[in-house]
Amino acid sequence: MDVNKEFTAQTWPDHPEQATLEGKNKFVGFWLFLACEIVLFASLFATYLALKNRGPASMGEEFTTQSLFELPLVFAMTMVLLTSSLTSVYAIYHMKNHNFKGTQTWMGITVILGAVFLALEIYEFNHYVHLGFHYTHSAFSSAFYTLVGTHGAHVLLGLCWITSLIIRNNKRGLNLYNAPKYYVAALYWHFIDVVWVFIFTVVYLMGAM
Amino acid sequence: MSSIAKKTGFGATVWDYITTVDHKKIGVMYLLAGTFFFVLGGIEALLMRIQLMRPNNDFVSAGFFNELMTMHGTTMIFLAAMPLLFGFMNAVVPLQIGARDVAFPFLNSLGFWLFFFGGVFLNLSWFLGGAPDAGWTSYASLSLYSEGHGIDFYVLGLQISGAGTLISGINFLVTIINMRAPGMTYMRMPLFTWTTFVASALILFAFPPLTIGLALMLFDRMFGANFFDHTMGGNTIIWEHLFWIFGHPEVYILVLPAFGLFSEIFATFSRKRLFGYSSMVFATILIGFLGFMVWAHHMFTVGLGATANAIFAVATMAIAVPTGMKVFNWLLTMWGGSIKVTVPMLYALGFIPSFVAGGVTGVMQAAAPLDYQLHDSYFIVAHFHYVIVGGIVLALFGSAHYYWPLMFNQMLDERLGKVTFWFFFVGFHCTFFVQHFLGLMGMPRRVATYGAEQGLDTFNLISTIGAALMAIGVLMLVINVVKTAIKNEKVGRDPWGDGRTLEWAIPQPVPFYNFRQTPLVRGLDTYWIEKQEGNEEGMTYAEPLGDIHMPNNSILPFIMTIGLFIASFGALYNMDADKPWSIFLLIGGLSILFACMFARSFKDDHGYHVHVEDILAEEERLYGKKGGNN
Repeated sequence: MDVNKEFTAQTWPDHPEQATLEGKNKFVGFWLFLACEIVLFASLFATYLALKNRGPASMGEEFTTQSLFELPLVFAMTMVLLTSSLTSVYAIYHMKNHNFKGTQTWMGITVILGAVFLALEIYEFNHYVHLGFHYTHSAFSSAFYTLVGTHGAHVLLGLCWITSLIIRNNKRGLNLYNAPKYYVAALYWHFIDVVWVFIFTVVYLMGAM
Repeated sequence: MSSIAKKTGFGATVWDYITTVDHKKIGVMYLLAGTFFFVLGGIEALLMRIQLMRPNNDFVSAGFFNELMTMHGTTMIFLAAMPLLFGFMNAVVPLQIGARDVAFPFLNSLGFWLFFFGGVFLNLSWFLGGAPDAGWTSYASLSLYSEGHGIDFYVLGLQISGAGTLISGINFLVTIINMRAPGMTYMRMPLFTWTTFVASALILFAFPPLTIGLALMLFDRMFGANFFDHTMGGNTIIWEHLFWIFGHPEVYILVLPAFGLFSEIFATFSRKRLFGYSSMVFATILIGFLGFMVWAHHMFTVGLGATANAIFAVATMAIAVPTGMKVFNWLLTMWGGSIKVTVPMLYALGFIPSFVAGGVTGVMQAAAPLDYQLHDSYFIVAHFHYVIVGGIVLALFGSAHYYWPLMFNQMLDERLGKVTFWFFFVGFHCTFFVQHFLGLMGMPRRVATYGAEQGLDTFNLISTIGAALMAIGVLMLVINVVKTAIKNEKVGRDPWGDGRTLEWAIPQPVPFYNFRQTPLVRGLDTYWIEKQEGNEEGMTYAEPLGDIHMPNNSILPFIMTIGLFIASFGALYNMDADKPWSIFLLIGGLSILFACMFARSFKDDHGYHVHVEDILAEEERLYGKKGGNN
């Protein structure tokens, strides 16, 4: 594969992420990786549900899901992250149309939204810890922070990844070597978003009810 | 980069292997490392058998016995059986499907090093304050309160090597999906490729629960989390579920490739097409699927309730159906075949009755009420050794003989091989058959000794004698390998004379790019078809001779693993209040890891091309003027 080959919007293939064997391998491999991530999060969800609201005998009502969670903040976080998924769709749309500037811009906006989400999550955790809901407080606290924190760690990794992609490729534009990279990064970002939808539902909505 | 091999010194060879991304070399490394750990686990087993040789023995202390049995199980499953199978998968599968390498050569190397350093980390526990001692299942209520760092070595070591396994699993899936030669449809794939495919899918779905289980255990011990501590609202059963949701499919991850290897051996030495190929494929998939539905049969006595036990009992018994299909297919492959009893075939013949015996006791335990009696007794030990030794180890030994010519271009000594087989086979049955009775007589597993008045002495002594015979067998195999290496007699292409699949069609030694031209696969047992039609070349080509694209070697996987290895020591000692320096190890190690990841992302790696004239020169170097097809 020749990286220096120049494409125009006309010569750019329909599925640039799968136009080379390396790209095809990345595409399939990444989907399989996401399948394994699903099982990973499923295990964490199962653990969380088993330990929800469980704590030492002395644990009071103040640290159960009903009294702890504040839905407005979590709703804001959800909206921010869902929007960031939309912006990553725009980025891939532009990538498929060989509009590199559009790709970079929308990926950049995705990163900013992701960072806002992460900041809100840190604020939320900080808030709970100040209330006395530490990681070691109860089985429930451990399960909660581990499930939501693992998602947060995924967001952080995604941010570093996409930022690196933007910086690394900024000067050279789109080619068949980096198109699959943008594509799987966006795929990863969607996955993070889907996991958050489940966290929002299972942890927060079902918890606050 | 020129690829023509030069004369190289020892240092250059080591460097070549550390940086290699060639699946054949990685296969050899898996084989070496797996054998090393296999011998280690075998020595642990021998020490246990010596301790149990007579009642009230004090050869080892009870605490040390706990460490031995924990490390024996952990080592044999994670560090011996799986890597040895990965060795064959690496060496054979790309050749069987007509590929020049795996889909992600860089990750292949990373997977190997992660496995290896995870294993080394785990075994360093012997020298650094004591090995893990809570059994290979490491049930949480026990392991949470285990003194010292043994359990932490277990958790971190398995976490690292598990990551390596997961990476390799994804790699093989993508390789088999994307890299098959033209004409190699799914239903033309050799059965070893099929079983590798299904086993890799099992790895993909089974290892994440283990990862989570280990992580929760680590958080409990390291950060004071409360997942398994019932006084804080935790639940120790969560560990059991997570462990067995991984642990049961793990059994099939091991045994399916073994089935695949035997299928190749049966077909080759019966000189017949594998009987019921489609039903074999179907049975493989069905076993893989059912393998996920039965984990709670390890937990019948936990108290999940009669309904749960009944469902899991029925699901467990159902697995006997596809397994039985396979056994009958192997028998019918031999039926009417022109059988050659070579060493691999001998192992295959020994496998059938041994494995069936293990399967039958498995169905016995699937009956939950009976399992209440058998649970935690030597009957269980006898059962799973019949399955694992009688299935997987026999497959590994048999295919070591079978694929030795493919991997090393030498043939292991047949006569010595037959003697080896009989020592090992008799020793194996001698060791484990009597353990059924020990279990029925009430001897619990994992005990360091037993009383003289319990009537268990004779069978335990027989069992120990059997273990010694097995050890002699393994020793003879090692001698065979050394002898063959010294003799260094090259055997050339298709040394068994009856090779059916693509890997035997390649001239020996296999060039680093595997296939000069990508082959066109014309049916199941494609090499057999070409031979029947008198094709001297051994394959029909799908492309003209042209430049070949190959991946670059890289040192990064090795350095990344070293980083993770250092970080693990940091995490481990960070639990001690008196070792503040450990945090620097942790941060330093992780920095190395992330620096390597950035280097990998920022530096493009396009691989290189081997040009036609280089290919021709390489062929002349390997095979001389007359070419490699003779």
